[in-house]
Amino acid sequence: METNGAPLLKMQGIKKDFFGNQVLADINLELKAGEVLGLCGENGAGKSTLMKILFGATDIAETGGYEGDIYLDGQKVSFSTPFEAIEAGIGMVHQEFSLIPGFDATENILLNREPEKYNFISEIFGDRLNTLDRGAMDERAREAVDKMGVAIDRHMMINTMPVGHKQFTEIARELSKEQLRLLILDEPTAVLTEREAVALLDSIKSMSERGISVIFITHRLQEILTVCDTVAVMRDGVLVECVPSSETSITQITKRMVGREMNASTSQREIRNTEDSKTVLKIEKLWVDMPGETVRNVSLDVKEGEILGIGGLAGQGKLGIPNGIMGLYEAGGRVEFDGKEIPLNSPRVCLDSSFAFVSEDRRGVGLLLDESLEWNVAFPAMQIQNKFLKKYLGGLINWRDEKAIREVTEKYIDELQIKCTSSKQNAKELSGGNQQKVCLAKAFALEPRLLFVSEPTRGIDVGAKALVLEALRRFNRESGVTVVMVSSELEELRQICDRIAIVSGGRISGILPADSTTEDFGTLMLMGVI
Amino acid sequence: MTMKERITASFKEFGLPRLIITGFLVLLLIIAPFVGSDLPTQISNIINRFSWNGILVLAMVPMVHSGCGLNFGLPLGIISGLLGATLSIELGFTGGLSFLMAIIIATPFALVFGALYGWLLKKIKGGEMMIATYVGFSSVSLMCMMWLVLPYHSPNMVWGLAGKGLRTTISLEGYFDQALAGIAQINIGNISIPTGTLLFFALLAFAIWAFLHTRTGTAMTAVGSNPKFAKAAGINVDWIRMLSVIMSTWLAAIGILVYEQGFGFIQLYMAPFYMALPAVSAILIGGASVNKASIMNVIVGTILFQGIVTMTPTVMNNIIHMDMSEVIRIIASMGMILFALTRKTEASR
Repeated sequence: METNGAPLLKMQGIKKDFFGNQVLADINLELKAGEVLGLCGENGAGKSTLMKILFGATDIAETGGYEGDIYLDGQKVSFSTPFEAIEAGIGMVHQEFSLIPGFDATENILLNREPEKYNFISEIFGDRLNTLDRGAMDERAREAVDKMGVAIDRHMMINTMPVGHKQFTEIARELSKEQLRLLILDEPTAVLTEREAVALLDSIKSMSERGISVIFITHRLQEILTVCDTVAVMRDGVLVECVPSSETSITQITKRMVGREMNASTSQREIRNTEDSKTVLKIEKLWVDMPGETVRNVSLDVKEGEILGIGGLAGQGKLGIPNGIMGLYEAGGRVEFDGKEIPLNSPRVCLDSSFAFVSEDRRGVGLLLDESLEWNVAFPAMQIQNKFLKKYLGGLINWRDEKAIREVTEKYIDELQIKCTSSKQNAKELSGGNQQKVCLAKAFALEPRLLFVSEPTRGIDVGAKALVLEALRRFNRESGVTVVMVSSELEELRQICDRIAIVSGGRISGILPADSTTEDFGTLMLMGVI
Repeated sequence: MTMKERITASFKEFGLPRLIITGFLVLLLIIAPFVGSDLPTQISNIINRFSWNGILVLAMVPMVHSGCGLNFGLPLGIISGLLGATLSIELGFTGGLSFLMAIIIATPFALVFGALYGWLLKKIKGGEMMIATYVGFSSVSLMCMMWLVLPYHSPNMVWGLAGKGLRTTISLEGYFDQALAGIAQINIGNISIPTGTLLFFALLAFAIWAFLHTRTGTAMTAVGSNPKFAKAAGINVDWIRMLSVIMSTWLAAIGILVYEQGFGFIQLYMAPFYMALPAVSAILIGGASVNKASIMNVIVGTILFQGIVTMTPTVMNNIIHMDMSEVIRIIASMGMILFALTRKTEASR
């Protein structure tokens, strides 16, 4: 393993913000030829953004580019498209497959780089009518597959392949590029079986021996320790640690990933023991078919008046729980509220039972972007509880009461400090944090007994985060509303929740009081990862 | 805000496309007297055409609000109206009563057709406008056969020689010709204003405006603005969309009856085929987008569209001294439709 000499890749002072929301702060990273770097961190820590910058993804340039410098072999580079990055020898295997289903592995491996044969038609009409040199293609594909070191059938159609083999086909495609010097693998083992994962790790080792550097992103920390030379841990857009893998352990990586040591404010705050309270919501054997967030089998009791946090890594199913209960995705199982069974797959019944839901998909589900704040805040309460209506002709005509709507909107604008020009402003013109506050106002206006909040602080800045969390806490304390809050950020769950349930692999892997140690949470998070 | 800023702001709100068309219309009105056409006649033409077409354009509003897009299936509603009109005559009603009966008879047809149409649109969410176009076309073709086969007997409507099958054009004289336009009609010189028709339009426009201010109307707008938001707020999205389709279809049925009473004839067979496009264009020119439309868009759009379509052929004819008004009318109206469709915008999601 050659780890001395000048670095192949050097990233210096990389900064990136999306519309003023800092996602990467001053990242410095070095990678030598043949070195394997393990990159870990919770979702939203900035791993993908960093890799996108390196790979020249177009959405980086579209959102204002980045600060800092990238050096490849000592030369400063800046890629504005992935093609330039590929040209320079960088390959990337994405989490989602970018393969053509109806083509076989060989065709996919060499797509658009096929060896060609001239024929008389192409002599006349140009290179585009060259025929494919099947023999040479087969040879090149075989080389690439050999290089990878995992045997896959080169003539199998992609759509008939097991997922693991699709992943290997993608890797082989990258390896078939002769100029490849740096390969980025974004959670490649997520879809692999145990044996395939071992094969992949071996293949990473053999790549490294050939002098190809690898950046390996995964949630499975054991793999990182097995295969990587260096481990880099990111959190909240900061590179918190970069050490040789021999000098660290799973416990230490977990601790770095999920957060700083417990600080004074979290440890001193009041955490209520709700064990003896009445169970207000009883979830039994819930399954939810939400793409990317499948819930397999969740049983959970929510106590009256508490704030229950639901945490876990992305894709493990924590978002599926509120979405399934509220009827936005196909679900099954048994949900009981206050001793009464709530039928699933029916948003209306949930809302009538005085549940409210603040969706994680703020722009998609949470807001009427083209309507005024007044509409956004008052709409659900108007439709479900007949609030803000004037009745004419003995209730035959329910007329919108503009004055009442304005009053309630202005009340929440004051209370939640929503920054806007007026209550008539369109929701799409607000910043992310203020839009989130509007979503909360919408839920508060329903005066629910049980409030589900999903990723309330995703994509909003630190100041707005604190305000949103404080508003939730106050709403819980002052109105006695039970709150179930789903978040990928353990730290914020620990700030306001009483108990935190960790979801892993579509199941609850454990429930801990909010003042438990980060290691304990980390262990639960990684326990059943699939 | 200075005067200048205020003017710029209001111009901006009015929109460049509408400014261009308004400018063109004003230009035509200025030219008209110089090329020898009578301005008052032209103006009363525009007002009359507005009164005929207003409700057909208004029929676009509910479906636009619920996010089903522009109602290219307008002919379906028109057919309901035609059934109402012909049946009313067949049953022997005359005068103003025949108009009222036409509305009453057309209503159940519109409700049933609208419900079927709404059910179909539910199955193909996302491609509504394309499917709607063909729903309109195929229903017209089906009715081409039905007009011949249905057992109509009224001598005023069937072919003279065969004694069966409806004629392509049926005169409404003695039935509901000018049934609304005749009410409190104002005649000043060459200008005649069909007060009754205008009032009837105002009544329906007010009803739609009021509906959109009710709880259900608010839900309809929200469904069009963001169906996922509406679903999460407990709205039965499919039902609201169905309701909007039924409303659109019924308005189209009423719209064609109003059109006929002004025009003086019932036109059957292929006539409804092309009636959706002018209405679609008018509302787009009026400033509506695929999922946002107001009553103001309807009024402004209808005046501008009908103004251009009436004025262009007259003025052009007088300039080139040749009677090709029909050709120019087609060029002008198709050009307007093309222009309107290029202005089609969708609101953000």
